[in-house]
Amino acid sequence: MTTTGTKRDYSLVGESTRLAVETGLASAEWYHTDVPRKVMKELMQRSDGPAIRDTIIWIAAILASAAGIIWFWGTWWVVPFMLVYGVLYGSSSDSRWHECGHGTAFRTRWMNDVVYHIASFMLMRNPVQWRWSHARHHTDTIIVGRDAEIAVMRPPDLIKAALAFTGILDFRYSLPTLVRQAFGKLSDDEKSYIPEMEQHKAVIAARWHMVVYAATIAVAIALRSWIPLVLIGLPRLYGTWHMVMTGLLQHIGLADNVTDHRLNTRTVYMNPISRFIYWNMNYHVEHHMFPMVPYHALPRLHELVKHDLPEPNPSMWHAYREVWPVLLRQLKYEDYYLKRELPPTAKPYRGEFHKLDITAAAAE
Amino acid sequence: MAGWVEACAVGDVDEEDVIRFDHGGRTFAIYRSPDNEFFATDGFCTHEKAHLADGLVMDDIIECPKHNGRFNYKTGQAKGAPVCVNLKTYPVKVEAGKVLIQIG
Repeated sequence: MTTTGTKRDYSLVGESTRLAVETGLASAEWYHTDVPRKVMKELMQRSDGPAIRDTIIWIAAILASAAGIIWFWGTWWVVPFMLVYGVLYGSSSDSRWHECGHGTAFRTRWMNDVVYHIASFMLMRNPVQWRWSHARHHTDTIIVGRDAEIAVMRPPDLIKAALAFTGILDFRYSLPTLVRQAFGKLSDDEKSYIPEMEQHKAVIAARWHMVVYAATIAVAIALRSWIPLVLIGLPRLYGTWHMVMTGLLQHIGLADNVTDHRLNTRTVYMNPISRFIYWNMNYHVEHHMFPMVPYHALPRLHELVKHDLPEPNPSMWHAYREVWPVLLRQLKYEDYYLKRELPPTAKPYRGEFHKLDITAAAAE
Repeated sequence: MAGWVEACAVGDVDEEDVIRFDHGGRTFAIYRSPDNEFFATDGFCTHEKAHLADGLVMDDIIECPKHNGRFNYKTGQAKGAPVCVNLKTYPVKVEAGKVLIQIG
């Protein structure tokens, strides 16, 4: 689908920001599928049980695979253990960060906070900065100039997207960012979404991360071993591919500057292992419409609202195959996007909810 | 006493729940606590314009449905990021099966 063309400015303090605020796209009212209050209340109910169970499994698997790395270091047998450890550390930490940041994984607040901070460290994410950036992402999902978490901008940089699977680019961004923040410097973009009264907390958090990394390097030097770095820090490189594989699909190739998550967000059916790693965030339209529904209730929510949503992609492979030609076309026409069809049972996309001409030619 | 407005019937709010009440161009949230007391606050989260009546009541806490901002709805106290500003509360009384709030 194509719309009227304007060059996108992804800075959070630039021309697109001004336009988003002026046109009412910023902090707008978004479309929600109707769900009876009693049902939604039941879906939003918190429970410690599922997240405690999953966290025990997660930590046990991390410790077991770490033990395997240490035991088999120097042999080829270390590879499968690094594969498992890397994904648990570098990818599944993203969903733990995400759910605990929303405060929905556990009922008990401190449990959310503890896992949130551990996962933030694993991801090299400043826990204060990213809490605020993610709040903005939910307020202004894929609104150009407002959303701080647009993974693939337009026109898409396909080399950059491919390199993301290696973790190199994220590593190169995340580590220097933490160093800069540790020295007390926040960027203008960061200041645009972190309230002034919280900014010093972001600096302190960055310093704590730096202390742990410095200690890890010191231990590695003292032991004359790579193992401490392979276990702390480097998994952000070799284990990040699953996070990118699942996370890119959340919004890639879909509409921007709309206020209906059905147009800019994607739900994809995934295998049980990926869903454990991803904590059910494959139900991403549902998550954005109702972010306070815990991950373990998302499959139930999906069943309740799927009549009103585009048909989910049946697999990640299907989703990537569907979006690939859209990305190629966006290289020439950055306004082009994939408009996913609604089932006959759904409420139609509402023109008045967003500025897109939804009758225009589309990639359907 | 001046400023008392009938917001709803006692039975309109479930135990440990919240409903929305609009009056005079303003929006309020009316709460019923787990121990059957009623409370009232402004209807919108102080972080961003989200209806608290769509949120979840847990004990003394109302959680904003959009960003997990939490307030003690009895005192209005903000309980941490992303909410930094307290919620305005209003006096409430129950008379003849009706919930009244005092809007100053």
